[in-house]
Amino acid sequence: MNYFDKDLASLHADLVAKKLSAKELTQATFDNIKATDPKIDAFLNLNEDAALDQAAKIDAEGINADQPLAGIPMGLKDNIVTKGLTTTAASKILANFKPVYDATVAEKLADAQMINVGKTNLDEFAMGGSTENSAFKTTKNAWDQTKVPGGSSGGSAAAVASGQVPVTLGSDTGGSIRQPAAFNGIVGMKPTYGRVSRWGLIAFGSSLDQIGPMTRGVKDNATVLSAIAGHDDHDLTSSTQAVPNFAADLNDATSVKGMRIGLPKEFLAEGVNEDVKAAILAAADTYRKLGATVDEVSLPHNKYGVAAYYIIASSEASSNLQRFDGIRYGYRADDVKNLEDVYVKSRSEGFGEEVKRRIMLGTFSLSAGFYDAYFIKAAKVRTVIINDFKAVLKDHDFIMGPVAPTTAFGIGDEIKDPITMYMNDVLTIPVNLAGLPGLSLPAGFSNNLPVGMQLIGRPFDESTLYKAGYAFEQNTDFHLQVPTLGGQN
Amino acid sequence: MANRINREQVQHVAGLAKLEFTDAELDAFTPQLDDIIGMFETLSEVDTDGVDVTSNVSDQINVMREDVADNWGQSEDLLHNAPDAARGFIKVPAIIDESEDNA
Amino acid sequence: MNFETTIGLEVHIELKTHSKIFSPSPVAYGADPNANTNVIDWGYPGVLPTTNKGVVADGIIAALALHATVEQHTHFDRKNYFYPDNPKAYQITQSDKPIGHDGWVEVDVDGVKKKIGISEMHIEEDAGKNTHERDHSYVDLNRQGTPLIEIVSKPDIASPAEAYAYLEALRQRIQFTGISDVKMEEGSMRVDVNISVRPVGQEKFGTKTELKNLNSFNYVQRGLEYEEKRQQQVLMSGGAVQQETRRFDEKTGETILMRVKAGSDDYRYFPEPDLPALNISDDWIKELDAAMPEMPTKRRERYVNELGLTDYDAMVITQTKEMSDFFDATVALKADPKMAANYLQGDVNAYLNEKQVDLQATKLTPANLAGMINLISDGTISSKMAKKVFKAITDGEEPKAYVEAHGLVQLSDPAKLQPIIDDVLSANPQSIEDFNNGKKRAVGFLVGQIMKQTHGQANPQVVNKLLMTALQQ
Repeated sequence: MNYFDKDLASLHADLVAKKLSAKELTQATFDNIKATDPKIDAFLNLNEDAALDQAAKIDAEGINADQPLAGIPMGLKDNIVTKGLTTTAASKILANFKPVYDATVAEKLADAQMINVGKTNLDEFAMGGSTENSAFKTTKNAWDQTKVPGGSSGGSAAAVASGQVPVTLGSDTGGSIRQPAAFNGIVGMKPTYGRVSRWGLIAFGSSLDQIGPMTRGVKDNATVLSAIAGHDDHDLTSSTQAVPNFAADLNDATSVKGMRIGLPKEFLAEGVNEDVKAAILAAADTYRKLGATVDEVSLPHNKYGVAAYYIIASSEASSNLQRFDGIRYGYRADDVKNLEDVYVKSRSEGFGEEVKRRIMLGTFSLSAGFYDAYFIKAAKVRTVIINDFKAVLKDHDFIMGPVAPTTAFGIGDEIKDPITMYMNDVLTIPVNLAGLPGLSLPAGFSNNLPVGMQLIGRPFDESTLYKAGYAFEQNTDFHLQVPTLGGQN
Repeated sequence: MANRINREQVQHVAGLAKLEFTDAELDAFTPQLDDIIGMFETLSEVDTDGVDVTSNVSDQINVMREDVADNWGQSEDLLHNAPDAARGFIKVPAIIDESEDNA
Repeated sequence: MNFETTIGLEVHIELKTHSKIFSPSPVAYGADPNANTNVIDWGYPGVLPTTNKGVVADGIIAALALHATVEQHTHFDRKNYFYPDNPKAYQITQSDKPIGHDGWVEVDVDGVKKKIGISEMHIEEDAGKNTHERDHSYVDLNRQGTPLIEIVSKPDIASPAEAYAYLEALRQRIQFTGISDVKMEEGSMRVDVNISVRPVGQEKFGTKTELKNLNSFNYVQRGLEYEEKRQQQVLMSGGAVQQETRRFDEKTGETILMRVKAGSDDYRYFPEPDLPALNISDDWIKELDAAMPEMPTKRRERYVNELGLTDYDAMVITQTKEMSDFFDATVALKADPKMAANYLQGDVNAYLNEKQVDLQATKLTPANLAGMINLISDGTISSKMAKKVFKAITDGEEPKAYVEAHGLVQLSDPAKLQPIIDDVLSANPQSIEDFNNGKKRAVGFLVGQIMKQTHGQANPQVVNKLLMTALQQ
C-alpha cells in the first residue's frame, strides 16, 4: 500500500466503503515499516499485536462514517507516555520503562479510533535537532539517508515522509515539530501553547512544550489537531477555548485573498541559506498572486530568542529531569554503595551528553548568585519578544518565513558543536517563547532536499494558518513530491 | 577563554544536579559551557528596565480542582515499576544524611 | 554582660482537606504504605499538578485568622532538592508571592500583652516519609502532597516563654478556623526553631542555631531555654556561636550538635510553569471572612462579659474550638453557663482524659448536657443523681428519658412525702423523744429512714423542711 497517493479523507472513504479494512491498512503499515525502517530507523518500538487486535475490533464494529480517523494508523513520539507500552524518551534512563497511564493525546486518538502502531525516535528527552542525541539510534532523513531527519521529532517526521504511516504526533519545545517536518518535506503544526494537553508528555521545557500533528498534507494535519486539542482537567495550562473543526474550513484554495502577511526581515538575514531565502521569496509571490499583501516587517529582538530560550528551557528541564533519580522507576545504577551513589551514578550513567549539558546550563542559570542575571533576564527578554510579535500581528493575519536557515545537514556534521546546533533553532524558538501557533509546510527544494516554510499566527488562530497553508499547498506541487528512499521507490 | 565559569564552578553545579564528570569530561565541558554562557550574556544588550517577567504563556488563570478525593488505584503498578521495593515501600540504600523533613 | 535573645519559629501546619494539594489522592492516615498514591504523587514522567481549591481557600482563611494581608496575585514556585521522600526532586511551594504576609498574634506572658509579627505564610506540599532499618531506608509516599501551611514569625520573639505563648496562640487560632487539627503529637503541627543571642545594644543579630526534635510546646520552651543559656555562656567565655543544627534530647533537656552548616542550601527557586497564576478576588476573601468562626479572643471576652464566667474558666473553655462550640451550643439550650463551664472543665474533661479521646469522638452532645443541667436547675434531680445521669449521657442516652426509666426523679411533692414522714415518725417514737431532749442527731437518723423508704429519691431540702415542721408540732 502506498500512502503517498492517499490523504486521510480518501483512506476514510475507502474504509467506510469497505474497499479496505482497518486490519489490512494496519498490516500494510507494519509491512511498510519493516521494509523501510532498516534504512530510516524511525521507530523505537512497535505495538504490532495490540494494533492489529484493535484494527480487527474496529472492523468488527464497522467504521463510523462520522469518525474521520477511525481505523487509521498513527505513530507517537516516544516522549508521549502509553500505558503498558515501553516509553523511553530515547533515554537509557527509561530504557525499559512501562508507563502505568496514557497521555491525554493517546487517549483522545484512541477515542477517535486511530490505531497506535508504535513509538518514534527522538533526541533524548527531545533535546536536539537531529535525533543524533537518541540513546538508541539515529533516524535518517527520508530524502537522503546520509542526512539528519532534523529533530527532536525526527522519527515522527521521517516515518510520515517515508510513507511508513500517514500520521504521527511530535512535540515542539523550540522547533522540534516544525524543523524535522521541514527537513523531511511534510506538514507539522506546533499549536498555540495550551491548545493541546501536555498530560503524559514527558516534560522538557514546561512553559514551551506543545504536542502537534505531523502529516503529509495540510488538511490531514487539521483533522488530527481537532481530535487532540481541547481543555484537559489534568493540565491546568490547557486552554478552555473552543476547538474548531479546522479541516471543515479548508475547501477554498483562494481564502488568503485580502490577507495581510508579515515577512520579517530578520527571517531572511545572514545565516539563512540562499536557496531557502529564494524559496520563501517565491512563496511570498505565490501569496501575492493569490491576492494577499506581503509586507516586510521587523521582529527586532528575534536574535535574542536563542539565548533566552536556552536559559529558560534548560532551567525548566534541569528541574523537570531531577525526578529521574533511580529511586522510583527507570534506571538505577548497579554498583551503588549508598544513596548518593544511587543519585549520581544512575543519573550520570543514564543521561546522555546533550541532556547533561542542558541540565548543567539550567542548574547554573537557576543557582544562587546567577538567577537574576540569567533566568530572570531571559524571562524579561521573553516578554520583549512577545511584544515584538504582538506589534506585527496586530495588523497582519500571520507571519511567514523559513523554518530553518538550512536544509537537512549531514549526520555527524554539527553534533560536536553545540552552539551551531543551538543557532539552527533561531527561527523556530521565538514562536515557543511567545506561545504562538506555527505551521511548517513544504515550500521548495534545494539539492533534492526539502525546504520548509513557517507560518506563525495569533494565539489560538491555527485556523488562519491552516487556510493559508492549504491555499499554498493547492497552488504548488511540493507536497506531491516523494522521497525515493535510496532509489527503491 | 573569557572564564565566565571555571572548573570548580562546573563541579559545584554538577553537585547540585547530582551528576559526576571525569577529568576528561570536565576538560571538554568547561570551555563549552563557558562559550554557551557567553552566548547567554548577549541578553545584556536588551533593555529590560521596567519589563515584566514572563514565566507562563497559558491563557488560563485561577484554574483549580475541587477538593474531592479520588484514589486512582495505581499503587500496585507503581510499586511494580520501582527498582527495589519491599512490603509496599520503595527501598533505597540507607539515608545517612539527617536533613530530615526538608518541607 | 546582658544579652537579648531573638527567636524565629517556622511552623508547618497540615491541612484537613479531602484530597492532596496537587493530586486527587485522598489525604488519610493509617493506610498501607503507598496505598494513597498515584502517578502524580510518584512524580511520574509526564504528570502535571492540579491545584486543590480547598487548599487555597484554607490559605486565605489562615491569613485572615492571623491578621495577615492576603496576597491576591500569587503563584507557586519550585524548590529543588534531592531526597527519597521528595519524588519530583522539587517541592511545589511559594517563594516570592506567599499567600499571606505581615500578620500577627497577641500573646500574654505573665500578664504582659505583646503582638508577635508573622512575616509570611505560604501553602505547599508535604513530602513522603522515610523509615530506616540497618542498611536500607524505606519510602512511603502516602504523605507526599498533603497540603501544608508554613507560617514564619518575624524576629519579635524575645524569650522561650514568648515562643511557647506564640505557638499556643497560633495553635488556638488555627484550630478555631477548623482547617487543621494542629496537633504536634500527631504531626499536624511541626515546629522548626532558630535562636540567637547578642549583647544588649549590639545592632547585628547574633549567629543563630537551629533546633530539631522539638515534639511539644514544652520541649520547644525547654530546648530554647537550654540553648539560650548555652549561647550566652559561649559568648561570655569569649567564644563564638557556630551556625549549626542541634538536636534536643528529651531525657537530659540538653541540645546536642547534629551538624555544622557549611553554606546556605541552594534550592534554585523559580516559578512553577505547570500551574497558572492565581488572582484571588475580593469577593472570595469576603465570602471566606464572613464564614470565619469567632476567634478564641473574641469568645473569651463574650464569656466573661456576657455570660459571667471567670477569666480562667473562659480560657479553659476556649482551649479548643470543639470545647468552645460545645459550650456555646449547651448554653444556647438554656443551660446555666456557670454550670456548663464547670461540667466541661470537670466531669467532661476527666472523662476525655480517662478515655484518651477528643470531645467530638464521644457520644456526648450539647443537647444532652444541657438537658442534664436543666434537670438539676429545676430540681428534678440532685447533683448526686447527676453523677449517674452524666455516665448515661456519655453513652449517648437522653437524660430525661434515662431519669424517668430509672426512676431517678427526685420526690419533692409534700403531699406524697408527708404520709411517708408520718409513717417513719410513728415507727420511731424513741427518736421523737430524743429530738425533744435536744439530741439533734435524731434528725439525721430520721432523714436516713425517709430516704431509705423513698429509695433515695426524696428531695432532701423538702424532707428536712417537712420533718422539722412535724417534729416541732
